[in-house]
Amino acid sequence: MVVFGQFLEVLIGGLLAGVLYSLVALGFVLIFKASGVFNFAQGAMVLVAGLALVRSLDFMVARGVPTWAAIVLGLLFAATVMAITAALVQRLVLGPLVNQDGLSLFMATIGITFILEGAGQMIFGSDVYPLSLFPTDAWFMFENAFPGGILVNKLDVWGGLIAGALVAGLAVFFQRTKTGRALRAVADDHAAAESVGIPITWIWFVVWLVAGLVALVAATVWGTKLGVQFSITFLALKALPVLIIGGFTSVPGAIVGGLIVGAGEKLAEAFLGQHIGGGIEYWFAYVLALAVLLVRPQGLFGERLIERI
Amino acid sequence: MLRKTLAVATAVSAVFSGAGILMSAGPAMAQNEQFIPGLVYRTGPYAPNGIPFADGVSDYVSLINERDGGINGVKLIFEECETGYATDKGVECYERLKGNGPTGAAYFSPLSTGITFALTEKVPGDKIPLLTLGYGRSESRNGAVFPWNFIAVGSYWTAADVAIQHVAKELGGFDKLKGKKISLVYHDSPYGKEPIAALEARAKLNGFTFKAIPVTHPGVEQKSQWLGIRQDRPDYVLLWGWGVMNSTAIKEAAAVAYPRDKIIGVWWSGAEPDVIPAGDQATGYKALLLQHPAGEFGVHADVKKSLFDKGKGVGKATVATVLYNRGLINSMLGVEAIRTAQKKYGNKPLTGEQVRWGFENLDLSEARLKELGFEGMLKPIKLTCTDHQGADLARVHQWDGKAWKVISDFYTADRSVLDPMVAEHSAKYAAEKKITPRDCSKEG
Repeated sequence: MVVFGQFLEVLIGGLLAGVLYSLVALGFVLIFKASGVFNFAQGAMVLVAGLALVRSLDFMVARGVPTWAAIVLGLLFAATVMAITAALVQRLVLGPLVNQDGLSLFMATIGITFILEGAGQMIFGSDVYPLSLFPTDAWFMFENAFPGGILVNKLDVWGGLIAGALVAGLAVFFQRTKTGRALRAVADDHAAAESVGIPITWIWFVVWLVAGLVALVAATVWGTKLGVQFSITFLALKALPVLIIGGFTSVPGAIVGGLIVGAGEKLAEAFLGQHIGGGIEYWFAYVLALAVLLVRPQGLFGERLIERI
Repeated sequence: MLRKTLAVATAVSAVFSGAGILMSAGPAMAQNEQFIPGLVYRTGPYAPNGIPFADGVSDYVSLINERDGGINGVKLIFEECETGYATDKGVECYERLKGNGPTGAAYFSPLSTGITFALTEKVPGDKIPLLTLGYGRSESRNGAVFPWNFIAVGSYWTAADVAIQHVAKELGGFDKLKGKKISLVYHDSPYGKEPIAALEARAKLNGFTFKAIPVTHPGVEQKSQWLGIRQDRPDYVLLWGWGVMNSTAIKEAAAVAYPRDKIIGVWWSGAEPDVIPAGDQATGYKALLLQHPAGEFGVHADVKKSLFDKGKGVGKATVATVLYNRGLINSMLGVEAIRTAQKKYGNKPLTGEQVRWGFENLDLSEARLKELGFEGMLKPIKLTCTDHQGADLARVHQWDGKAWKVISDFYTADRSVLDPMVAEHSAKYAAEKKITPRDCSKEG
């Protein structure tokens, strides 16, 4: 019973942790869907958004601005920073690289990563900045059934709710709005989309802006969990196996991929790790991803690409 | 036009990234200057901990120049190189800086056990001492096998032993350790693995059950480890983290309702950046002290007067924090080793080999420490050819939600437990590397 209780606790904790990975993975999916670019800079965007939010929040609270107003203004400031980032990326990097090979665009996003990391720390500082927008204590459930109950962290539940709302919002955006449909057209073929009058520069700005806003949402949750700090940028590496499993083009796939990675790595660490030395969860996620790649190279929900040779 | 702009931006960024963050030593070095390199990390995941230490290191060197005009007239030239706590970058910095100055680098302090492991293989060839204050290979205390490593003030084995002594004291005696469970949550790196041997030895000696739980770099994901601790319910948890791993561990401990006052961190897990991000959840958390606490002592008045009041120095924001103070001690030991060596070799720039003699003959008495402004921060320390550690003391402090409070007297690590380990592990190292240990009785 104790082992089952522990299994259940780790499983629930893992699933909820996986949803937090999905929050980061969603930003990747958005940009990949719209531009076919694998945006390596998504983790750095979470860092910059978080730093802009927490530093402005601290600045205003220190000057007597009420907390609720500081949060609203801080979110607006951070959103503005992400909009400026999106505009600069579009103007200085992606614009000149229209119709270039996907690998060139990917390399460009690696460059963007380093610039965002460096500039973010230079402008906002490289300390750890505490952020507490959500409760971080825990519920203990089923205490009658299991000794000590099943622990569920409230922050993880908040993360799950936010991810659910984001997915619903993005699904509506992609399926029901004109801009969303234009985004999908641009993803299929830059040149063809441009030839039918879709303003590609505007579309790329919009998609980087939306990805920036998703990064800001992820930063609110991850910042509360860890404090806003440089390590948040490593979330990009946690999102990668999520994308491989869920598929690079599917918003629901990012969620399902996150759930599989979160539950898989936590269960592996808790039950397998102790027999083989521990510390396995970081690479175990990639084991899962490779297993999926072998069976479904496009991921569980990705679009199957068939090209005529 | 845009392409041109991009090309220029790329070129500029390449120049900046190549340069890293460093303080220029100036193009021409005068002959009466002693070069001291600083391997630092002011950016990256470990920057919150790296910055205050680097500030303390830098400010003490500046203080010697500003207040005293150098060491006996020999001006100190200091240059930082950004390692990001990465071993490869640390080695790159070492290679770039080792030959600077008229006589090369006086010594290196990498503030990374990983970089220390890598440089331990290189320094014998270059004849440059490696000062690793409270970190690095614990067996490098044996100067006969490790002539160039100086693990001054304390090793991780010292820390592990003192941590167990403190647990025993809280429980009411060593006999009370029998049957208890003590877990180690550690950074899965050479640094984090270092105390395991000492804790296993103590577990065998005192009859407690020991469990080592690794956390992968950088330590932001620890949920499964702490859920395991919740099930396992150890009596104490020892924390061997660095940077973000520490505050994350405290938060995860709070999430699983593990009492914070049953967690004891090593001295690299007991600074302000380790607890402030965890907020109220860190209240009650304990950590070891590498002798010195946070706060101001004699030397700080000099730093303020000679540096900050004149608009100089870099640590105005971090002064008197735990890691800033440790940085001051690090540079003080290096400076005093150079001063000691000057007594033998003359008041001139010295080579690394000559500075090593200074380290091996470093003898800081209580009176000398008071004179230097370190009274209350450090107890007397004496290094020798055979003993490159020179001290076995540590204390415990506790975070009360706002500040660190010292809660114990000095503990002395039990050398009857640790010395055989030093002998065994250093002999193993010597055999592996085909090193013939020095005969210290013949050293001058």
